[in-house]
Amino acid sequence: MATIAELGIRYRSGEATPTGVVRAYLERIEALNPQVRAYFTVTRDTALAQAEAAEKRLKAGAPLGLLDGIPLAIKDVICTKGIRTACGSKILEPFVPPYDATVIARLGAAGAIILGKTNMDEFAMGSSTENSAFFPTRNPWDLGRVPGGSSGGSAAAVAADLALGALGSDTGGSIRQPAAFCGTVGLKPTYGRVSRYGLVAFASSLDQIGPFARDVRGAALILQAIAGHDPLDSTSTEVPVPDYTAALGRGIEGLRVGVPAEYFIEGMDPEVEAAVRAAIDVLKGLGARTEKVSLPHTDYALAAYYLIAPAEASSNLARYDGVKYGYRAAGGKDLIQMYGRTRAEGFGAEVKRRIMLGTYALSAGYYEAYYGKAQRVRTLVRRDFQQAFERVDLLVCPTAPSVAFKLGDKEDPLQMYLCDVFTIPVNLAGLPGLSLPGGFTATGLPIGLQLIGKPFDEATLLSAAYAYEQVTPWHTRAPELA
Amino acid sequence: MSRAADYEDVIGLEVHAQLLTRSKMFCGCPTTFGGAPNSQTCPICQGMPGVLPVINRRAVEFAMRTALALHCTINSGCRFARKHYYYPDMPKNYQISQYEEPLAVEGWLEIEVGGQVKRIGIQRVHLEEDVGKLVHEGTLETARASLVDFNRSGVPLMEIVSKPDIRSPEEAAVYFKALRAILIYLGVCDGNMEEGSLRCDTNVSIRPRGSSELGTKVEVKNLNSFKNVQQATAYEGERQRMAITSGQTIVQETRLWEADRSYTLSMRSKEYAHDYRYFPEPDLVPLKVEQRWADQLRTTLPELPVERQRRFVSQYGLPAYDADLLTQSRALADYYEAAVREYPKPKVVSNWVMSELLRELLGDDEAAISKSPIPPRNLARLLALIEDGTISGKIAKDVFEKMYRSGEDAETIVRREGLVQVADAGALGAVVGQVLASNPGAVEDWKKGKKQSLGFLVGQVMKATQGKANPALVNQLLLERLPKEP
Ligand SMILES: [Zn+2]
Repeated sequence: MATIAELGIRYRSGEATPTGVVRAYLERIEALNPQVRAYFTVTRDTALAQAEAAEKRLKAGAPLGLLDGIPLAIKDVICTKGIRTACGSKILEPFVPPYDATVIARLGAAGAIILGKTNMDEFAMGSSTENSAFFPTRNPWDLGRVPGGSSGGSAAAVAADLALGALGSDTGGSIRQPAAFCGTVGLKPTYGRVSRYGLVAFASSLDQIGPFARDVRGAALILQAIAGHDPLDSTSTEVPVPDYTAALGRGIEGLRVGVPAEYFIEGMDPEVEAAVRAAIDVLKGLGARTEKVSLPHTDYALAAYYLIAPAEASSNLARYDGVKYGYRAAGGKDLIQMYGRTRAEGFGAEVKRRIMLGTYALSAGYYEAYYGKAQRVRTLVRRDFQQAFERVDLLVCPTAPSVAFKLGDKEDPLQMYLCDVFTIPVNLAGLPGLSLPGGFTATGLPIGLQLIGKPFDEATLLSAAYAYEQVTPWHTRAPELA
Repeated sequence: MSRAADYEDVIGLEVHAQLLTRSKMFCGCPTTFGGAPNSQTCPICQGMPGVLPVINRRAVEFAMRTALALHCTINSGCRFARKHYYYPDMPKNYQISQYEEPLAVEGWLEIEVGGQVKRIGIQRVHLEEDVGKLVHEGTLETARASLVDFNRSGVPLMEIVSKPDIRSPEEAAVYFKALRAILIYLGVCDGNMEEGSLRCDTNVSIRPRGSSELGTKVEVKNLNSFKNVQQATAYEGERQRMAITSGQTIVQETRLWEADRSYTLSMRSKEYAHDYRYFPEPDLVPLKVEQRWADQLRTTLPELPVERQRRFVSQYGLPAYDADLLTQSRALADYYEAAVREYPKPKVVSNWVMSELLRELLGDDEAAISKSPIPPRNLARLLALIEDGTISGKIAKDVFEKMYRSGEDAETIVRREGLVQVADAGALGAVVGQVLASNPGAVEDWKKGKKQSLGFLVGQVMKATQGKANPALVNQLLLERLPKEP
């Protein structure tokens, strides 16, 4: 099993060719996807065509970059021109975008090959990929367990080696939590680092696209290709993009690492806590100085998130009405019936729950008490991090309080929401967060270690993760699938 | 029991102006009118999944120019907000508009009614996007299906909300007219009400004279002419006066003006009012307006209608009526001034522009005037031909019409058609002789002291010469041949 960087070297030495690699991946997908169900759509023909083009460039000695010919998977929430983009929802099942998201255009310009679109919780709402309207994705480490969510398909595809890397989206932990559950690297960039143009919106002020890869370098290479200002996204910033791979070797000697007390809570899996504490010792051993920090408003973050995200979702999802694209229910005798039936049949239970929550939170007479107050809490959460970052360079903590759970285990939505208790505050504050393999349970399930950085300081996150990865064996393990 | 006359109108206007930007408010699609359905759309203005808006800087400048002309304070930071309601002509089922933090606030516009100058307060100026258009097969009631055309979706709209300072339907119409003239002068809106580039809603309430409280207001929609604004507010004020004086209460509601039948019809009452669930647009960052930007725009503002009207009175000695009419549109006022420069008799030019030119032009909008087939120079030359006696005033009106149809200048037409005035006493003398000989009755009348018969005889001479005779000379010749002072 190769990494992105290793495959790049083999392409250049002639040991491997893009068409050969893509064919091998397509075969592997055919063999294993029926078990893992990571992909919703496999784009065999376009992948092969892209592979041939990449091969010509490599043969001519003129590759587009380090991603040229690298096969990736794309979460089905990112618009791909001419390729169905269903968002895990019946309401968008027939939707074929007439345009490419900016990240897709940038990956294309870097020569990356798209193997297909990955399964996800409907409209990215969920933490297990069980909310997909089509089928649940399985965790490659234990097919009876969930891969996490909402980017469960992308995480599982990378973990099962059904792609070398992937794109996901993260609104409250949807990249980092499945990365933790599946034992891959997953990075949510700073809000504004990567263009959201073409990302089907869940909660606009929180959504961010980011990479999955089996190692830190792979994640850095993908981030390099997609990061940077986009005139089509007014919330993307003009902050310069550094050379992420060059930052990897920086080391962490003298780095100040904060350990937030509020992220080690009662009821969390003791194996997770032990692994994270052990990881902190590894960082210390590499020369980092650790200290305790406090993020006192952490307790309120989840509640604030479940007002802000549904409020924005209720607005963003208003456009799915059967008029223009996607699913339209049959038999409505007037406009109101068409709207009502289309949305009743087209959306799943969790999406409906959040639309109702959000609609209520924005209603006249309730706006201040709910949405307004949640925004003030958001400011406090952000301030917590600002204060911590006056003393430290990054924070280290668990990605999730538990490891992957069994399918059907969390029927109560509130239990499911708690999966994201350590990731949500990072989205509220707009910070970069990275999850990487930090150990395994006795039963062989991956444990995620989360690093949280200052705004636009993905380079420090990547360099610290890389330093840890170099001295630990976790990323070399692979699930056994047959 | 109170009497209707004890109540005064309290009126505020909300005017929506489509901005003359080349591209839409949040995408690059063209804003031109009349394209094939959905030919001027993209994923953004069709509200596709995943798209994001980007603010059109030109639209912001247009709104800022308007705000400056209306003496508003431009907010250093403003935000866009989402306004939610479901309708198929609105692709996202929310409209990007402005709510709590508009572009500009607190301005005023001066109007003149019955010789009195009055300031109407401007509450706010904000930007938003227009919606698309539904096309029904047949009527809304009988159509089996409706189609949606998104060409207009996303076209920049500016909303200008007045304070409730307007006290009569006449003031309402004058305010709307003055505002339209300003928008046209600024070049930010074409003012075309038929095509919907300029639309108006009005809020009407009544209250006992002398009271400073506001009554329950009723919003009247669908007003697309000055006449509609005046009639609808008059109707609505009267309806409310009748209701109150007969002991009923006014219900807060939205009513629709039915122009064909001249009454307002209830659309929805407050209980059914939309909850628009406004919240700040998360896809756009707050818009920063630096003072420098506003200052720089202020220096580019043109002379506005009221100033120009006053100058026309003082500089050209025109009656207020002429000055008002000529300054309604910037192009018309420019036309007038260009013609006066070539033919410096202001009142004569004014008469010709108001009566002849405006009758020929289909609309008094900027485009029609600037495309006039008679440029100002040609009008001036025509007037000069009258003055030097080459043609008569009557012939000149025919020449004007021919100039308008053909685009030719006056000299060409006069020469080709032989319209040069006959001012030769010898040639005219013969015609005068014939007319006197064949109209003995009129000559008899003259002798009996009927002075009007001279006019009749002049007319006969003009007729005989197809209007080409110099009227002054005809007069002179006739007087010479008729018996002296009867
Ligand atoms: Zn467009």
